[in-house]
Amino acid sequence: MKKTVILGALTAAGLSAGAAGAQTLDAVKERGTLNCGVTTGLVGFAAPDANGEWEGFDVGVCRAVAAAVLGDPTAVEFVPTTGKTRFTALASGEIDMLARNTTWTFSRDVDLKFEFVGVNYYDGQGFMVPKALGVSSATELNGATVCIQTGTTTELNLADYFRNNNMEYTPVPIETNAEAQQQYLAGACDVYTTDASGLAATRAAFEAPADHVVLPEIISKEPLGPLVRHGDNDWGDVVRWTLNALIAAEEYGITSANIDEMAANGNPEVKRILGSEGDLGAMFGLEADWAKRAIAAGGNYGELFAKNIGESTPIGLSRGLNAQWTEGGLLYAPPFR
Amino acid sequence: MTTLSDPPQSAFKPSMLLNDTRYRGYTFQFIALVCVAALFAYLGSNLLQNLRDAGLVISFNFLGDAANYDINQTLIEYNNQMDHWRAALVGVLNTLLVSFLACITATIFGVFAGVARLSQNWLMRKLMSAYVEAFRNVPVLIWIIIIFTVMTAVMPAPRDFRGEDAAASMVLFDSVAFTNRGVYVPKPIFGPGGWAVVLVFIASLVGAVWYRRYATKLLYETGKLLPTGWPTLAIIFLPAILAYFVLGQPISLEYPELGGFNFTGGINILGSLIALWFALAIYTGAFIAENVRAGILSVSKGQTEAAASLGLRPRRIMNLVILPQALRVIIPPLISHYLNITKNSSLAIAVGYMDLTGTLGGITLNQTGRAIECILLLMAFYLTISLSISAIMNVYNNSVKLKER
Repeated sequence: MKKTVILGALTAAGLSAGAAGAQTLDAVKERGTLNCGVTTGLVGFAAPDANGEWEGFDVGVCRAVAAAVLGDPTAVEFVPTTGKTRFTALASGEIDMLARNTTWTFSRDVDLKFEFVGVNYYDGQGFMVPKALGVSSATELNGATVCIQTGTTTELNLADYFRNNNMEYTPVPIETNAEAQQQYLAGACDVYTTDASGLAATRAAFEAPADHVVLPEIISKEPLGPLVRHGDNDWGDVVRWTLNALIAAEEYGITSANIDEMAANGNPEVKRILGSEGDLGAMFGLEADWAKRAIAAGGNYGELFAKNIGESTPIGLSRGLNAQWTEGGLLYAPPFR
Repeated sequence: MTTLSDPPQSAFKPSMLLNDTRYRGYTFQFIALVCVAALFAYLGSNLLQNLRDAGLVISFNFLGDAANYDINQTLIEYNNQMDHWRAALVGVLNTLLVSFLACITATIFGVFAGVARLSQNWLMRKLMSAYVEAFRNVPVLIWIIIIFTVMTAVMPAPRDFRGEDAAASMVLFDSVAFTNRGVYVPKPIFGPGGWAVVLVFIASLVGAVWYRRYATKLLYETGKLLPTGWPTLAIIFLPAILAYFVLGQPISLEYPELGGFNFTGGINILGSLIALWFALAIYTGAFIAENVRAGILSVSKGQTEAAASLGLRPRRIMNLVILPQALRVIIPPLISHYLNITKNSSLAIAVGYMDLTGTLGGITLNQTGRAIECILLLMAFYLTISLSISAIMNVYNNSVKLKER
């Protein structure tokens, strides 16, 4: 009996691993929809709106890929994943790509056999505390109770940070951002820690955002980006260059408003991106206007940023590191040729 | 007179495997066995093939790497530089702790509610059936979340205890604080000789059990009735109290005090532990209540009447006549309820209690990505725990079940 149970579990794992082996690009085209893993809900990055339509910065990447591959930005099946379930969902083939505030780390890339196709948000881990506590620096947090999403890199950074600074803390492990928010507001923890962008998004959803401060310390590098499974390089290329197209579009001034004009009259690089000169799309099995469709889906990188998480939104993130390299930021798309 | 001889044995022929009813059953069972084995072999090799294709190999080496994460309740020494294996052990102990507490509490709730459901008192009877029906028919996960949410929402945060006119205050001579992070209670500090007092107390407990057994034996053999209530209490507490003062009060209490962010000192019983513990106890208690009721009803009414005609009072009838017989019906399902409690404790992650599923099956799995290995280990752990509980309880069951002579 013992054996049967174990083998049963292996069976389930084995069958799902089998499904993952197929070529993803063909599978997506045949299915007609893209299965895109997102968070269970983080306002600004990925959350359903009042009509149940998913929207946000990460969602924008999913839609761009769907537009590039299928020609339809709405042909996306959004699969909400938690910090715990995301990698299993991707490894088992339940989702084709994951666009979910996931930090690019060595072990995830090498050991877990995933492929990060780029960075769509350069982030770092921060701390948020109620203003009433009178804390102005993370170095004053000795003895605090800290809410933390379990199974994330932030959990490990937190342990490192407190160990390096010889401070004690009590972790309160929590599965989703919504639960963390509720616990934090109820005072069950003094501090909430996650990526600074996530803190900003969470705070924006509070009734009184001004009662909470994000401490100045950023204790880690968190390059967040979409990822796919290892070993399916064609699919990896599609997702990587869709993201690059969004970034390059901003650099060259291609917006969703002027895209047709740019395709006709832009410089050669712009024309190559938009498919009106040469045929880059054919190299990986997509139509010539793949990038044009991706950019038209939600706008270029800058438009997506401004619409979902930028300074004019309640989340109010400044571009900072996420500005174009020409503006002193880190965004840099390789040449399209 | 003719003698009966055995019918002549015909030689075994292969066709008899199908035609002879003596062999046919074995033939088909053998075929089925081969098919099942082949199926599993195929699935197993498929799994290994796929893992190899994905570049993944099954390896348990990750258990020796530093875990790098912290756990909020550790019964053994643990810090984030210890390995994943140690973190898994912390989880096992946390699972065992909450299961043990919940099993005891569920049994108390269950026996009380089960007996009370048969009470002559209308109100008592109806209240208990309401309890049983309400708790049995709502999933335990919902109860865990309800209790936890109510606790965090209703209880004051530690910062409410601060200041001159604090919104909340400690109870029991300022020694216990109920907060939304759990309950802070005083922690005993053992001076020299402190452990001797504990040993005396444990010895008294054994002595009390022995005394009650002796009293029962004496009652059954000679009919002489010794008092059990106050002597038990006296045996348990008097020697320990005496030892405490003779040894010069070696145990003192460390009271929780408001420190920087939290209470410091004392013991913090986590809110998640309390929520999980009570939810499991109340939920399973409702099932146990039904078992107890069934057990009592299974004892013929004539037994009660016969005992009453001997002049026994209702409480003694219950203790001496009904319950010993009812136990035979109650114990076997009780074993499976204890197993259920242990398995249901894996819902702990809903409230962030770091049990085995939270450490090995949660953070370790997630940080290392070794899903198959972690799940195999999880299954092995739970199987071991469950089989152990089952074995221990079966020993007890053998001691109370009907002796056939």
